[in-house]
Amino acid sequence: MGNVMGIIRLDGANSMLKELCEHRPVAALPIAGRYRILDFAVSSLVNSGIGHVGVLVSKKARPVFDHLRSGKDWDLARHRDGLAYLPNDGDNGNATPLAGLYQNIDFVMRSSAEYVFLVQADTVYNIDFRHILLFHQNTGADITMVYSKAREDLPGEAASMQIAENGKVTDIAKRMTSTKGSNDFMGIYLMRKDTLVKLVTSTFERGGSSMLVDGIIRHMDDFSIYGYEHKGFSARINSTMAYFNANKAILNPDIWNELFMSDFPIHTKTKDAAPVQYKNTAKVTNSLIGNGCEIYGEVEDSVLFRGVKVAEGVKIKDCIIMEQCQIEQYAMLRDVICDKNVVVSEDQWLKGAENYPLIIAKSTVI
Amino acid sequence: MSKTTCVAMILAGGQGSRLGALTKKIAKPAVPFGGKYRIIDFPLSNCANSGIDKVGVLTQYRPLELHNYLGTGDAWDLDKSNGGVFILPPYARDKGADWYKGTADAIYQNLNFIDMVDPEYVLVLSGDHIYTMDYAKMLAAHRANKADATIGVFEVPWDEAPRFGIMNTDPKDGHIVEFEEKPAKPKSNLASMGIYIFNRDFLDKYLREDAADDNSSHDFGKNIIPAMLNDKARMFSYAFEGYWKDVGTIESLWQANMDLLQDEPPFSFNSAWRIYSNNPSLPPHYLGKDAKVTCSMLNEGSMIMGEVDHSVLFSGVKIGKGAKVTNSVIMPFTVVEENAVIDHAIVAQNCVIAAGAHVAGSDGAIAVVPEGETIVAEQANAGQQVS
Repeated sequence: MGNVMGIIRLDGANSMLKELCEHRPVAALPIAGRYRILDFAVSSLVNSGIGHVGVLVSKKARPVFDHLRSGKDWDLARHRDGLAYLPNDGDNGNATPLAGLYQNIDFVMRSSAEYVFLVQADTVYNIDFRHILLFHQNTGADITMVYSKAREDLPGEAASMQIAENGKVTDIAKRMTSTKGSNDFMGIYLMRKDTLVKLVTSTFERGGSSMLVDGIIRHMDDFSIYGYEHKGFSARINSTMAYFNANKAILNPDIWNELFMSDFPIHTKTKDAAPVQYKNTAKVTNSLIGNGCEIYGEVEDSVLFRGVKVAEGVKIKDCIIMEQCQIEQYAMLRDVICDKNVVVSEDQWLKGAENYPLIIAKSTVI
Repeated sequence: MSKTTCVAMILAGGQGSRLGALTKKIAKPAVPFGGKYRIIDFPLSNCANSGIDKVGVLTQYRPLELHNYLGTGDAWDLDKSNGGVFILPPYARDKGADWYKGTADAIYQNLNFIDMVDPEYVLVLSGDHIYTMDYAKMLAAHRANKADATIGVFEVPWDEAPRFGIMNTDPKDGHIVEFEEKPAKPKSNLASMGIYIFNRDFLDKYLREDAADDNSSHDFGKNIIPAMLNDKARMFSYAFEGYWKDVGTIESLWQANMDLLQDEPPFSFNSAWRIYSNNPSLPPHYLGKDAKVTCSMLNEGSMIMGEVDHSVLFSGVKIGKGAKVTNSVIMPFTVVEENAVIDHAIVAQNCVIAAGAHVAGSDGAIAVVPEGETIVAEQANAGQQVS
C-alpha cells in the first residue's frame, strides 16, 4: 500500500489508568509480557504494507522514543518515508493531538500518500489494514471508522457507534462506560489525505480540541461515514481493569495464536534477553512468561514480563509483573499489577481484588 | 578505512560432519544452541563485547542459512559504516577459483581483506565453540609479551588431553616450546582452543609460505603453528579460565545444552556480557493449565501443554497435552503432539513428533531427528542415530 500513510496518536484515557500512566502515555504501557501497546498499531500498519508512519509526540514521550528509536525493529528505518516524529510545540492548553496534527499538517500534505490511517495506539489487535482500505473504496465513504463489539461491561471512556444496515454510521456517543455488545470505536480512522487536511484545519481553526467530538460528531451530516467491524480480538486499554483483563485474555491460546502467530508478526524492540530458566521447584500454569525470567516458585494465571525473578516458595496468581521485577522468597501476590523494577521482599503478602487489582508503582521496594 | 588495531577472522566454513544429521542442510556455526542462539553467536558476541568491530566471517559449506542469519550484522551491533561483519565466501579470480583448502588457506585467500582493513593484529577464531571470553585481555597479554603469536589455551582433564592439540610451555614465562597434536603421552594439559592472535605481518609471511607449499594441508594446527615454532618465533599461551566447550559432536552438543540447566549455569546469558542473536518477532511463551516445566530453558513463541523436564526448547515449539519431553533439545518450530514421548534426544527444526510417538535415546547414544522429519507412532524409536 504505497499510497497510504499512517499517523499514530499516543494519547488515551490516562486518568483511568492511574499510576500505570503517570510516567508514560497509554501507547507506551507494557503489555502481554514483552510489548508496548503501540506495537500492535505500528506492526499492523507495517505488515499491511504501510511504510510511512508519523508519530504525534505527546507529553511524557521519552519511553516512546526509547522504544521506537529509528523504527528499525518495525522495518521503518528507511531512506524514503519510514518513521517520522511529529512534535507538538503548543503550550499545555494547546497540546491536544488535534493541535499536534494541525501543526504538522504540512507533513501530511507533503506526503505522496493518497490515504491516511489515523490511529490511536491504545488498543490491542492484529489487523490487516488492507481490508479496511478495500472496504473504504467499495463504500465510497469519506471517512471509515473501525469498531468492534464490546466483549464485556467495563468502566472506561468509549465512543459507541450506531450503524445502519448498509454500514453507515448514524450516530456516535461518548460514554464513560462500555456495555457488552456495543459498537465501540477502536480509534482507527481512514480517509483521503485531503479530507483529513480539511477536517483538521477547519476543526482546529474554529476552536475545536477533539477530533472525534468537534470534528466528527458535530459534523456527522457533512461527511459520509462508514463503520468497519473488526471481528477479531480487540482490547482498548482505557482503564486499569481493561488493562488487567486484556492481559489475562491473552492467556487464552486462541487469542495468543490470533495476535502473535499469524503471518503478521507483532514487532517490538528487541532486548536480547536469554530464554526463561525454570528451576527444579518451578510450577507455572496458564501463564505467559517473557524471556530472561528465572523461576523457582509458583506462577498461575499470570503474565510475567522480561527479566522477572521469582524466588523459591513464591506464589503468584492473577498478576501482571512487569520487566525486571524481583519477587523474593515466600512472597505471595494475588490480583496485583507490579510496574517495572518493583522488588517484593521476603514473606510479603500482597492482595488486590478480582475487580480492583492492586497497582505497585514503578521501582517501588516493598 | 581507518587504521585498525585488531581484526577478527571467524572460520565458519566447516561442515561439522560429526554433527551428522544436524549439518545436512546448514553449516555447523549455524546450528542452534541454548534455546535461542546459534553457535556463531558466541564468537560474534565476544567480538562485539570485546570492542572488535571488524569481523570477517569465512563461509563455505552450505552458507545460505548462515548468510541469511548474519544479515547486515545488526543483531550483534556490527552493522557499522566503518567496519562491521564482512562475509567472506570463496571467490573466483582471473586464474580460476579455489575452495578454501584448509583453515590457513581460508585466511590466505582473504589477505586482500586484511590488507583493506589494515590491522596491527589478526585474531583467528573458530565458529564452533561455546564460551564467553574477553579477547581484549588476550590482546593486552599478547602486546605485553611482545609476542609474534599468542594461542588461547584451556586446561583440560589430563585423561582427555590426548584428544586435543596440546601446548607445552616454559614454566618461567609461559612461552610455547612445543605443540603436540593429540599426543599419546601428553606433557601438559593445556589444550589449544583454536584461538590465535598474530602480528599481522608475521602471519602474512607464514601464510604466503604455506600457500606455496604443495605438501601442506594448509591448516593452522598442523602446518602454520609448527612452522612458526620451528623458526623459534615468540609464541605465548594465554590461559582462559571459564566455561569452554567444543560442540563438534552430537554428544558434546547435547551435553553443552544440558550444562545450561545446572543450578549454577556455567555462565549467565543475562549478565552485561550479552550473547546477542537474531531475534524473530515472537511473543512470550505460554504454559497451559496442565503444563509442568522444571529444570529447563524455554524460548519465545512456544506453547507448552505437556511436561518438560531437563530440556532446552527453542522458539515456536509446541508440546501437546500429555506429551513428555525429558533430557532433550528441541529446535525451533518443532511440534510434539499429544502423548508423544521424547527422551535423550536432539530434535532439529520443523519436525513433527506425531501423537503417541516415541523418540528415545540414552546417555551416550543421543537420538537425533533431522530437520523437517515427521515421526509417527508406529516407527518405534525412529530417528535413532548413534552419535
